[in-house]
Amino acid sequence: MLHLNQIHRVFNEGTPDEKIALDNINLTLKKGDFVTVIGSNGAGKSTLMNIISGVMLPDHGQVSLDGKDVTYMSEYNRSKMIGRVFQDPMAGTAPSMTIEENLAIAYSRNKRRTLGLGVTKKRRELFKEVLESLHLGLENRLNAKVGMLSGGERQALSLLMATFTEPSILLLDEHTAALDPSRAELITNLTNEIVDRYHLTTLMVTHNMQQALDLGNRLIMMDKGQIILEVNEEQKAKLTIDDLLNEFQRIRGTKMANDRALLS
Amino acid sequence: MFTSIFGAFESGIIYAIMALGVYLSFRVLDFPDLTVDGSFVTGAAVAAIMIVNGANPFAATMTALVAGFLAGCLTGVIHTVGKVNALLSGILMMIALYSINLRIMGKSNVPLLNTDTTMTAVRDFFDKTGIDSVFNGILSAVGLGDSLPRTWGILLFMIIVTFAIKFITDAFLKTEIGLAIRATGDNKRMIRSFSSNTNLMIILGLGLSNAMVAFSGALIAQQGGFADVGMGIGMIIIGLASVIIGEALFGTKSIARTTLAVIGGSIIYRIVVTLALRVEFLKPGDMKLITAVIVILALTAPKMIDSYKEKKRKVKRQIENIQMMSVTPDRKGEAGAALKSDS
Repeated sequence: MLHLNQIHRVFNEGTPDEKIALDNINLTLKKGDFVTVIGSNGAGKSTLMNIISGVMLPDHGQVSLDGKDVTYMSEYNRSKMIGRVFQDPMAGTAPSMTIEENLAIAYSRNKRRTLGLGVTKKRRELFKEVLESLHLGLENRLNAKVGMLSGGERQALSLLMATFTEPSILLLDEHTAALDPSRAELITNLTNEIVDRYHLTTLMVTHNMQQALDLGNRLIMMDKGQIILEVNEEQKAKLTIDDLLNEFQRIRGTKMANDRALLS
Repeated sequence: MFTSIFGAFESGIIYAIMALGVYLSFRVLDFPDLTVDGSFVTGAAVAAIMIVNGANPFAATMTALVAGFLAGCLTGVIHTVGKVNALLSGILMMIALYSINLRIMGKSNVPLLNTDTTMTAVRDFFDKTGIDSVFNGILSAVGLGDSLPRTWGILLFMIIVTFAIKFITDAFLKTEIGLAIRATGDNKRMIRSFSSNTNLMIILGLGLSNAMVAFSGALIAQQGGFADVGMGIGMIIIGLASVIIGEALFGTKSIARTTLAVIGGSIIYRIVVTLALRVEFLKPGDMKLITAVIVILALTAPKMIDSYKEKKRKVKRQIENIQMMSVTPDRKGEAGAALKSDS
């Protein structure tokens, strides 16, 4: 499904600030895999997301998706196959447009956009149906501007928009980090439900270790641009936060430098 | 008086097409596009020179529209492919178009007197129908017969054309491509993650915007009877004035409402300018200054009114709170509960 081969990316090359963001990363996701990614700040998690989605290009290495080499494919072309939810709840929706218009944009993701009407009667029924699955009552507010929704509602809508067209891969970039705990829990549960319903292949970056353990069937830990730990389905079921921290200390010889990860 | 208001109304409805173009770039795409100053003249120049050389006036007007589209697309290309700042790419295109417009016209002014234009065609058509005499008869009957307009045809024709463009714009902005253009102005990162090429959307949007502007320029040249290389100076500000005045007065609840508001804003702007010029102290050369003052007022006044209202509301609430706190001690609990439910 997703295959990363020897991905290498350096920032500020040739200057004193040179930093290796990704150091020859290899990663393969099989169809239906749900991989959670944890790691300290600056471990390269976001860079990894950006390279998969095409926001950045790797210095060398290949990205392939559905057996196609997409390393140099433009971001918007690649988006046909990739669903994304960002950390910022404002980033995934268009605030001055209505809920149904936002869904119409998401609906056209894997189709050619035409001069046909964006919101047809038939599509409106579909939008209502998928909105009902969020249990937020948004199906009764199809004509409300998205800018009027709360952060949690917007993030739930972003999640729905990223997923209901069943992309080949779903990328979640700390998509609950900017929400308060109860909203974050709601989004976490929705994520689990939706990924399950559509059997989506998912890569989720998180700062929350508990979330990383609760969700998904595989886990990887990153540090300084490398994948330092890979946990498979069987091991993951038994894993605790303490195990993860101890494992990090064993591999790296230092404590994990990430207050946010420890506290959450 | 009536004649000048009538004239203001007539040109206001033609300029409204230009204002709709500015709405498309400025509001929908969130792109302050200064190309308008140049593309307005390009439209006028292309139409005028073709008409003078014997082309069909309708074909000439349509060619002007295409010329404007190309000019807008070029601004979009400079901005997206060349990664030049939005304002700067518009200014560059505007400057470039000044020379191009001079080349098109061959001189700085092309008169259209005694030639067949769209406007003369419409006037002739209406002369035949006799609608003018009916309208003027009504006006005479209500006592406004001292200064009658020469023809109602142009006004009616332009209302039809402008509203046709408004409805096409409304419909277009609801199509899949239209939605993508709107989202490009709203949240570029989001629409890219939904597989839309934002560069293409910006180029297309600016092309359509300037097509409308050039179309309006072509019609203004035919209505006024000349094309002049300087007729576009400050056009972007006039367009902005129309958009802002319209939005402030008529609201922005939906797209259809906003485009209607822009047309209304354009007409009101013309009427305000006409009235202002009737003040003895002001000269025709002051028009740009008047425009600037109108835009500044339209931009600042709504905000000042809002903040004044907000302040008044806060003071009122504070007084209410004090009143509630000062109830007798045995009712203090009630007052507290009322406050909580209030907040």
